[in-house]
Amino acid sequence: MTTPLLDINGISAFYGPIQALRTVSLHIDTGEIVAIIGANGAGKSTLLMSIFGHPRISGGEIRYNNVDISGTPTHRIAAMGLALVPEGRRVFPAMTVAENLLMGATPVNDRSGDADLDRVYQLFPLLKERRKQRAGTLSGGEQQMLAIGRGMMSRPTLLLLDEPSLGLAPIIVQRIFQTLRDIADSGVTICLVEQNANHALRLADRAYVLVNGDIKMTGSGSELLGNPDIRRAYLAGA
Amino acid sequence: MTSILPTNLSIRHLLLETLTAFAVAAVIFCPIVGIHLNGYDFDLGHLKLALGLALGIAITRLVLALFLNTGVGARLAQHIMDRRQAPVAVAPTTRRLWAHVFVVLVLIGAVAFPFMAKKYFITVLILALIYVLLGLGLNIVVGLAGLLDLGFVAFYAIGAYTLALGHQYLGWGFWQSLPAAAALAALFGCILGFPVLRMHGDYLAITTLGFGEIIRLVLTNWVDFTGGPNGVSAPKPTLFGIEFTRRARYGGTPFHEYFGGEYNSEALYIFTYLLLLITVCIVVYINHRLKRMPVGRAWEALREDEIACRSLGLNHVLVKLSAFTLGAGIGGVAGVFFAGYQGFVNPTSFTFFESALILAVVVLGGLGSTRGVIIAALALTILPEALRQFADFRVLAFGGAMVFMMIWRPRGIIRPVRPSFSTIEANHAG
Repeated sequence: MTTPLLDINGISAFYGPIQALRTVSLHIDTGEIVAIIGANGAGKSTLLMSIFGHPRISGGEIRYNNVDISGTPTHRIAAMGLALVPEGRRVFPAMTVAENLLMGATPVNDRSGDADLDRVYQLFPLLKERRKQRAGTLSGGEQQMLAIGRGMMSRPTLLLLDEPSLGLAPIIVQRIFQTLRDIADSGVTICLVEQNANHALRLADRAYVLVNGDIKMTGSGSELLGNPDIRRAYLAGA
Repeated sequence: MTSILPTNLSIRHLLLETLTAFAVAAVIFCPIVGIHLNGYDFDLGHLKLALGLALGIAITRLVLALFLNTGVGARLAQHIMDRRQAPVAVAPTTRRLWAHVFVVLVLIGAVAFPFMAKKYFITVLILALIYVLLGLGLNIVVGLAGLLDLGFVAFYAIGAYTLALGHQYLGWGFWQSLPAAAALAALFGCILGFPVLRMHGDYLAITTLGFGEIIRLVLTNWVDFTGGPNGVSAPKPTLFGIEFTRRARYGGTPFHEYFGGEYNSEALYIFTYLLLLITVCIVVYINHRLKRMPVGRAWEALREDEIACRSLGLNHVLVKLSAFTLGAGIGGVAGVFFAGYQGFVNPTSFTFFESALILAVVVLGGLGSTRGVIIAALALTILPEALRQFADFRVLAFGGAMVFMMIWRPRGIIRPVRPSFSTIEANHAG
């Protein structure tokens, strides 16, 4: 068996006295799309953020490309080929779209970044149209595209997304997931955390179900989609 | 059809507003104007005047309300409100040529000015330019990096005292002190930066405020070293050994002996002014470049969202420290000019009020806007000079100006303009 791209081995994380992750283990192989689904407060975001050392894990290890990164400073991790698209998009509202994208190139320390900009504009032609517009004036969907584009600016090997469908209209969610598929086809490994289990499981090769900081179930996307427990808990009405 | 007569006016509402205006004005003016201290006693002789003032304000409020209800007034109000809503603009490329012409004209005017003006006006402008420098320095910290610094005067003081004490103890002249002061102030900026890295907003403001006070109190109380409240004298600027005083003090040749001719007391001020002008130009240029460089972008991004920045691989420690350090360094340079121009420094020049004034320059000018800061610094130093007879009301006018700014132009006199990236534009034009 080849070593996985990202290997999370028995990590725990705390917010003060509250344990958010209970010895979670999972792995992501190169070229995969992995989804982590779960309800509010299950620890999904904590899991993604702890990969970036925020919060720091207590116990366990996070190996990326067979290197333990659990003690690496947050700003150093992005330079290793991981990119995070944070929850709630977190674009820089007063800065223009182009400036936001250029901020994404920080970890690769590229002086011009023109080729990367072109690549992102190809993924999201809308961003090219709006490149001189202030990011704060974009719609939610456009901001999500910008956040993903900003993540892609560092030419990541592994793209981590935190709830890319949050607060977006269904048609926009569809478009964004289609783009994620395109990104994956171009050779980027994707790990996304979602409450929108329906979309996430359709996109993902494999998925984990996180309940109260613990991995309760794992399987291929279609397997979980067919599972009656999952249907009842996360896909009711879908 | 726009009518001149007031439309849909509620008399009751109007009366209520007028009465409120009268009450508020009376509460403010009665104690300030109405009561006069007379030894251990006070008399109320001017109460009528105070009430008269309040009445005047109430009537003005009434007239204003009536005017705003007419068609013309309503449109004016609408216009002002629209301006307020306007978002941050992006610089169009076509305006650049005119901007260049304008800058050149201003520079020609600024260089020619001291040779035509009286000494008094030159000294006023020297002070104004020092505030421009201070404003530009603080603008990096507050305007760009978004770190509210209420103790900026500390770096100004460090710069000024470097010149004075460097001369007293080490025999340094103006030119040795200039880089030393910038470096020392930057070092102190860095030292201050470390403990406050984890702080945001109010906490940061209070800590920096404390830092400013610490520096001032040390300067006041360390009498053996700094001379305490008595201050220290500082050397005047020189040019390659040519001095601008009547007699050579620092081992050089006085200007008028070197070139022949009469001693001219204005020469020192003209020289200081021109030197300061060059420094301001350099700092403006640095500011201008920084905004377009990755570090400038990083400052602004950090101001907007620290979490996002860190996930993008930005080292927030370095970014914040660089803003503090650079801003402090510029403050130090301003301090050297201040000390050199005054020829004397003591701690009373570096009170909290000074910090507030510099912050006012940045806020009034528009956070992050270089042009705005320059205009605000000039306005805030030149206007009080022009209105000397109202000197007592300076702070009141100041507060008033602040309030009105916050209502009508919350982003400052000049809205910050985002640079557009011409190289990228060109590549993506098709």
